[in-house]
Amino acid sequence: MTARIGVITFPGSLDDRDTRRAIRLAGAEPVALWHRDKDLKGVDAVVLPGGFSYGDYLRAGAISRFSPVMETVIGEARAGLPVLGICNGFQVLTETHLLPGAMLRNNHLHFICREQQLRVENADTAWTADYTAGQEIRIPLKNVDGRYVADERTLDMLEAEGRVAFRYLGMNPNGSLRDIAGITNEAGNVVGLMPHPEHAVEPLVGTGGTDGLGFFTSILKKLVNA
Amino acid sequence: MTLDTTKHAAGTPDADQPWAELGLKQDEYERIRDILGRRPTGAELAMYSVMWSEHCSYKSSKVHLKQFGEKAPASDAMLVGIGENAGVVDVGQGYAVTFKVESHNHPSYIEPYQGAATGVGGIVRDILAMGARPVAVMDPLRFGAADHPDTKRVLPGVVAGIGGYGNCLGLPNIGGEVVFDPCYQGNPLVNALCVGVMKHEDIHLAKASGAGNKVILYGARTGGDGIGGVSVLASETFDSTGPAKRPAVQVGDPFQEKLLIECTLEIFNEDLVAGIQDLGGAGLSCATSELASAGSGGMRVELDTVPLRDSSLSPEEILMSESQERMCAIVEPGKVDRFLEICEKWDVIATVIGEVTEGDRLEIFWHGEQIVDVPPRTVAHEGPVYHRPYERPSWQDALQADGADKLARPGGGEELREQVLALVASPNQASKSWVTDQYDRFVQGNTVLAQPEDSGMIRIDEESNLGVAVATDGNGRYAKLDPYTGAQLALAESYRNVAATGAKPLAVTDCLNFGSPEDPAVMWQFAEACRGLADACLELGTPVTGGNVSLYNQTGETAIHPTPVVGVLGVIDDVTRRTPMAFAEEGQLIYLLGDTADELGGSAWSQVVHGHLGGLPPKLDLEREKLLAEILIAGSRDGMIDAAHDLSDGGLVQAVTESCLGGGKGARLVVPDGLSPFVFLFSESASRAIVAVPRSEEVRFNDMCGARGMPATRIGVVDGDAVEVQGEFSIPLAELRAAHDATIPALLA
Repeated sequence: MTARIGVITFPGSLDDRDTRRAIRLAGAEPVALWHRDKDLKGVDAVVLPGGFSYGDYLRAGAISRFSPVMETVIGEARAGLPVLGICNGFQVLTETHLLPGAMLRNNHLHFICREQQLRVENADTAWTADYTAGQEIRIPLKNVDGRYVADERTLDMLEAEGRVAFRYLGMNPNGSLRDIAGITNEAGNVVGLMPHPEHAVEPLVGTGGTDGLGFFTSILKKLVNA
Repeated sequence: MTLDTTKHAAGTPDADQPWAELGLKQDEYERIRDILGRRPTGAELAMYSVMWSEHCSYKSSKVHLKQFGEKAPASDAMLVGIGENAGVVDVGQGYAVTFKVESHNHPSYIEPYQGAATGVGGIVRDILAMGARPVAVMDPLRFGAADHPDTKRVLPGVVAGIGGYGNCLGLPNIGGEVVFDPCYQGNPLVNALCVGVMKHEDIHLAKASGAGNKVILYGARTGGDGIGGVSVLASETFDSTGPAKRPAVQVGDPFQEKLLIECTLEIFNEDLVAGIQDLGGAGLSCATSELASAGSGGMRVELDTVPLRDSSLSPEEILMSESQERMCAIVEPGKVDRFLEICEKWDVIATVIGEVTEGDRLEIFWHGEQIVDVPPRTVAHEGPVYHRPYERPSWQDALQADGADKLARPGGGEELREQVLALVASPNQASKSWVTDQYDRFVQGNTVLAQPEDSGMIRIDEESNLGVAVATDGNGRYAKLDPYTGAQLALAESYRNVAATGAKPLAVTDCLNFGSPEDPAVMWQFAEACRGLADACLELGTPVTGGNVSLYNQTGETAIHPTPVVGVLGVIDDVTRRTPMAFAEEGQLIYLLGDTADELGGSAWSQVVHGHLGGLPPKLDLEREKLLAEILIAGSRDGMIDAAHDLSDGGLVQAVTESCLGGGKGARLVVPDGLSPFVFLFSESASRAIVAVPRSEEVRFNDMCGARGMPATRIGVVDGDAVEVQGEFSIPLAELRAAHDATIPALLA
């Protein structure tokens, strides 16, 4: 038995095919989901991929959150469906309030593409169990609206509850508060991050490492063992 | 205002027409009247004026471009040649690759962000129209002096535009160039290359055949942007006293283009189109006339059905508009419904605007009244041809006589050291990561190599690991000294760059950037460059598959350096065998392949240290270039080399620095017998590369080079954390890195 993991394609999604490849390489079955379709086709988990959904002309993720598929995703996520938001997907998750905070334009105002060092702060979520807390990983980062912000109270709460899932190491690439690269919800089933694990799953391409594969093996093990 | 119908035109032969304002010459206007047997209508005049512009008709360059066909080497790889939206090359395993480079120079000077963005958009649609999924882009760029205030306006805008558009399309940007020279002040060059992949059976052509087939316009609505872009912007020099030309620059919407890509690929997948063309320069005028001209019949278009952004647009404006993100397809009636359904799925507006007819005329109607009735070939393919006068400029001899041998050379180790640091920190030789870090190189998950590697490399089959490599190069300084050799050197460098990564060079695309064709000296440069490039393509066995000419790159009397930019596409059977440029293993041996002569004319050293340009560019032996490529490819395939880097501007020391910084390893070098340290480090002799050879492979590698007659000199070893030239100087990597990395951010911050 394997797990079926859905990847939603919004108009303007870019890394949807790459995410499906990463899921396949991890040993799970990728399932393509369409933004207009409320039906999640019975998948066991969902990934919101990177890109510029609807062009992101208003505010990153602001339109996607109203798409038919998200109606279902929001409800299911609250009921425990594992959801991972990568880059634009993370932005959509904050817009839906499944995750707190918001993303602003990078403090240097440029698009930035680099191999980014991260520390895994929370290895207990559905998407990070294959890592160890404190583990350092290197995966690509590429965005223009990647500066994570929240009010001080929310930030303190995230820290206190161990909900900062990933932190930037070496250099904060965009001015994110407290070097936050990714967070989780209280239950640990919804995780969002700006860097791209799906581009670090093969030795040949991307960073040339496989540090990102753990996201997809984590969820696979969780679902298969459940 | 009365509608200027064909009937009205026939009855009013003496009406005044704005042909001069539209950029037509008197004799061209007369020829249109001859073709039609009457005066053209306003709409016809609009169409002819944009299609007969320099940009669309190649009227000044055509007679020289012919050589690329006439001298084309026999190549089994060529599937589609010059004349279509882009050339197509067979790369094996049933795959075909299409690639092309184009210019968007003039718009990018006026409005850097939108100019550069829509340059990316245009070339991507060309590739898409061939039936291919676009898989990578790269951008050869030229700007004025790095420290000129206007460069600070133009460069960040261009880079943001390329990133803003390309990143949003999900296309990895895998290479390109950034070059500074005062000659590009006021005339920056923004060239854009795109690569696409398809199966052989998916190749599509731009022709309208089959009477009764429908003409469908799909994509963005038509607006007032970019009207006359080709005739006004790309075909004349800038005149500071004229009216603002900003409205002639198109505005891009990459989101719309992304939808257009996915929608079109789905349409191809269901085999729904009989012919397809993108709308770029000259908009609907170009698409309708080219489709009809290449097809077997005529075409009838109801222009009032075109969806508009601005309902007040006149028929002439609709025909000339260069609104972006539009495509035109020819579809059999039975497939129209499914075609429209797929467009609806992707939220792409699609409209049947006409049909292919039995006749041989392109007829366009506006609310039932005929406003265009022309033979389409006269618009699209039988435009004017100029034999412009050309003459070797009077200053050429003096320029060539002013050789770099007269320049003061460094006196000893300390001075060499200073000049090495000055070289690697100079804007042209410094790290360009400030630029390339604004481009997504990871998306699509197939990028094997990207900038600053010698060529960008993309995996095209996940099972077999088949891949393609692409490089672009051009050296305007060399071409200024000798346009014939300069163009050949651009090809040779690009060819070498592809081979250095382990791929076999297959085909060429070129973007020929020159000054005004009305200047005989510029025309001579152009003629010489074409002749040189065609000759070299023949000898290297790499045909030109397509490209673009950009003329009028000059301000007043001053033209840019002649700048032929040459892109080479190569194939590699197994991308896991690719050769990166970085020195990664301590103890590996560094070999120099090729012969080094005292050749500093047009060199980076002469520019950086002396601000000098004169003499002759390096000599080029194309047989040797071919041999070098064979050695690099065999060395990669058979595991004899772990790193390779081509030698070009900046010479050996630049290449060693980049390979060392790339891998974070130092190098100890010994100056070979018979060479001065200065020539060893800075000469730009062609057909050379450095390679890192594992000690276990040294004998085998030497045997291969010896057997094939390739000079291979052991010049050092990968070792330590400095670049050391024995007996001369040593520079710690940290110092080199600081010099190499700091320049561009400091200039543009």
